[in-house]
Amino acid sequence: MKYLAEFSDPALAKRLVDQIHATVTQPWAMMEVCGGQTHTIVRHGIDQLLPDGVEMIHGPGCPVCVTPLEIIDKALEIASQPGVIFCSFGDMLRVPGSGRDLFRIKSEGGDVRVVYSPLDALNLARENPDKQVVFFGIGFETTAPPNAMTVYQAKKLGIENFSLLVSHVRVPPAIEAIMQSPNCRVQAFLAAGHVCSVMGVEEYPELAEKYKVPIVVTGFEPLDILAGILRTVIQLEKGEHTLENAYRRAVRDEGNPAAKAMLADVFETTDRAWRGIGMIPQSGWRLSERYREYDAEYRFQVRDIKTEESTVCRSGEVLQGHIKPHECEAFGTLCTPRNPLGATMVSSEGACAAYYLYRRLQTPTPAPTAMGDNSLAGATSPSATSPAASQQTSADNKEVSSVG
Amino acid sequence: MCLAVPGRVVEIRDQDDTRMGKVDFGGVIKDVCLAYLPDLQVGEYTIVHVGFALQRLDEESAMQSLDLYRSLGALEEEFGDHWGIAAQQAGERRPPGTEYSKEETA
Repeated sequence: MKYLAEFSDPALAKRLVDQIHATVTQPWAMMEVCGGQTHTIVRHGIDQLLPDGVEMIHGPGCPVCVTPLEIIDKALEIASQPGVIFCSFGDMLRVPGSGRDLFRIKSEGGDVRVVYSPLDALNLARENPDKQVVFFGIGFETTAPPNAMTVYQAKKLGIENFSLLVSHVRVPPAIEAIMQSPNCRVQAFLAAGHVCSVMGVEEYPELAEKYKVPIVVTGFEPLDILAGILRTVIQLEKGEHTLENAYRRAVRDEGNPAAKAMLADVFETTDRAWRGIGMIPQSGWRLSERYREYDAEYRFQVRDIKTEESTVCRSGEVLQGHIKPHECEAFGTLCTPRNPLGATMVSSEGACAAYYLYRRLQTPTPAPTAMGDNSLAGATSPSATSPAASQQTSADNKEVSSVG
Repeated sequence: MCLAVPGRVVEIRDQDDTRMGKVDFGGVIKDVCLAYLPDLQVGEYTIVHVGFALQRLDEESAMQSLDLYRSLGALEEEFGDHWGIAAQQAGERRPPGTEYSKEETA
């Protein structure tokens, strides 16, 4: 395996795969919550190295993917107003709203800017007192503390021309929603490592107990994923369901207390709609009453937006693990990274983008017994590859490790 | 945006009563808010997400992850030319006013 050999230990990976095979006696289905982990799994064909019947279900842990259409449309509405500097992370530029995206608004003359950090947006507000600077605050528990700090700073420094368009989401309620779904097949979770770096692990033992599912906090490298799967199948085979932290080098049980304190000050939990999934009770954050003046939805009065979701896109079913990306009729034909119907195709962490990028257009083949080259693990014949897939640009050829 | 990259703290300062610093991500040096890790010292490694240090990391783990992210092109995605990437994905020209300079991001 080319990539694994470069930065990991193939011998150790082989041992982990062997141990997983030696442990498993029956079929199991487990979900990796985090989009970064999905990419590691698909890229390296880790799912195809597992014993027959052991299935990785890809979870909703891509913040770009789950940001609801309504919020995207609100962002587009605000960004097209005169006198507004709209700031966003780069991966939101091509997420489709009802018909357009931030890239299009910039092309048509809107002042959309990509920032590295929310603090960069606050600096822009300082430097442009005659403009309204709006930051697009999306993401899971890892992105929320930076945005909370930025709003706190704006208030402390008396910067009034800054506001946050908030669409933060939380992992534990999503796990509950998945477990309560009538078609749920998930028997265990690999929890998102960097989310736990911030929040710690204290919310998870109760979930593991309530739904009788093992939850293993897992990192992002191939060995992390394999170790997480091994811990998970050991629990499943023994009939156990506890929280285990297999990412101790970055996750302390208590998380980051300073970040959690700031979250509690600036945000309060709220019901939040997830794109493709729908409303999940108490699954999000909004600005608390003390910081309401920094809420862009109030400042720009964009609450009555009519949305138009694609009728073809099945990203909601993908996000809940009900179907694999290639089982959607539009996958690779109507829907490609160039013309995405849903955010799971445009986001570099989306499951559809991962399947497209690694040409996973067919149902996975039976698991090989050893780590093979990841292009072989894709096991796709040239004839099954769409013309669009074979013309991928280098820009398509990106992936990241996700925090949520 | 979702990438949390390990880096080494090379400078710590106070700015508007907030703990800020510079962090070296294998050659790319960025301003980072250190307020959430009040004990972090110069020379230590930390996981940084959207300009905020979120958790300590040991040097070996940090170097492994950094090598991984570099080989995946993920550092370019985090610190690189987002308008260029978006334009390429869209199959269109980059919008006016989005010229890319590597110096700006370093």
